[in-house]
Amino acid sequence: MPEVAKIISGVSHGDPRSIGRAISIVENHEPAAHAILASLDPEKIEACLVVGITGPPGAGKSTLTSQLIKEYRRLKKRIGVVAVDPSSPLSGGALLGDRVRMMGHALDKDVVVRSMATRGRLGGVCGSAGAAVRIMAQSGCEVVLIETVGVGQSEMDIVRMADLTAMVLAPGLGDDIQAMKAGLLEVADILVINKSDLRGADALVLDMESVARQRQERLGRATKVCSTIASQGEGVAALIQRVNEVHKVFEENGEISQRRLQARRYEVIDWAVELIRPQIEACINKDEEFHGDPMLLAKDLLAGLGIRSNN
Amino acid sequence: MSKKYRVLIGKPGLDGHDRGAKVIAQALRDQGFEVIYTGIRRSPAEIAAAAVQEDVAAVGLSSLSGAHLRLFPAVVEELAKAGASDIAVVGGGVIPEEDIEALKEAGVREIFTPGATLEEVMNAFRDACQKNSR
Repeated sequence: MPEVAKIISGVSHGDPRSIGRAISIVENHEPAAHAILASLDPEKIEACLVVGITGPPGAGKSTLTSQLIKEYRRLKKRIGVVAVDPSSPLSGGALLGDRVRMMGHALDKDVVVRSMATRGRLGGVCGSAGAAVRIMAQSGCEVVLIETVGVGQSEMDIVRMADLTAMVLAPGLGDDIQAMKAGLLEVADILVINKSDLRGADALVLDMESVARQRQERLGRATKVCSTIASQGEGVAALIQRVNEVHKVFEENGEISQRRLQARRYEVIDWAVELIRPQIEACINKDEEFHGDPMLLAKDLLAGLGIRSNN
Repeated sequence: MSKKYRVLIGKPGLDGHDRGAKVIAQALRDQGFEVIYTGIRRSPAEIAAAAVQEDVAAVGLSSLSGAHLRLFPAVVEELAKAGASDIAVVGGGVIPEEDIEALKEAGVREIFTPGATLEEVMNAFRDACQKNSR
């Protein structure tokens, strides 16, 4: 059997090696990516629940994710995790440490974990993370968690791919939370106050409940608040119940299909830009002088590639 | 570096001395590698399973406890069992000169002992990744 066919069949059978290879092939835009992505079963992808886990650094996202894995496994669900961390803008490298908290599940064949670096691209990572989610779904995962730090545009874009998103907060991180209020609280469907045994947790819960009420009035969409102590697994079962409740509401009112459509559109744009980038870069590198206004140059460049821009 | 090299750094066995592993992980990141770090006290099977899931080109193992003769080859074996013999294993730590031969025979590609420069270690990883052109 040729290599690609083996990988495709391996993914469907849940073979860890094949799943790992398939995600790399897509992430690196290797030629075999086409065949792999074309082989995915839309029904399996449709059936997979995608939950975003976000929040400021140090809130306990990875620890909570690990506990969610444990609880989902207790419920006999095969589960995937895509853990996204930023690449260094200087070296392009990345230190991906989310696994440290999840190693307890390393030998469980029904837990698929993939660490992913943003690779400092303007977009791109959304496409790669989306593909990883679908490959995991193809391998039989019923739930996939996308974990990413809740700062920065690219991270927010990743979270927007999820069916629903839990925002993890913890007492004592006040400044980060202030900074994020405008942006990330908007995308949260569930507000998780983690480390709820620490001082300041009660005040944070009250704060977030008021945020939730305001959102309810403004958007007519319920935001749930729940407390956890992830390090001890407390509140995790209740959190999954909340996830299921929100999921049910979103399925009934069409929110899920709306979001999936939006995410799909967004991902197509992401991939289109990503796939054309090498050609654009080649054009730019060809012309050493590169005088003139950047926008006009960009229009010329696109015209040279046969793409007419409107304005 | 145009193609991104993914590597995994792990500490097998009951050994909490992770300074060395962290220095190597950070140096690799600064050289443009994507480094998955597993943390301390992992079993060889756990490290191999993580390496397979993450589809890394190479695994770096650190040991300062004296159990390298048992733990490093065990990771090589676990990778082979998972059909991932192509993933290179590189080791480092407090390792006596006379053990190096045995480790290499067991399939560990390179061994670094105290005094090795970061550059030598980086080159070994880069070399391992380049050879692993899947």
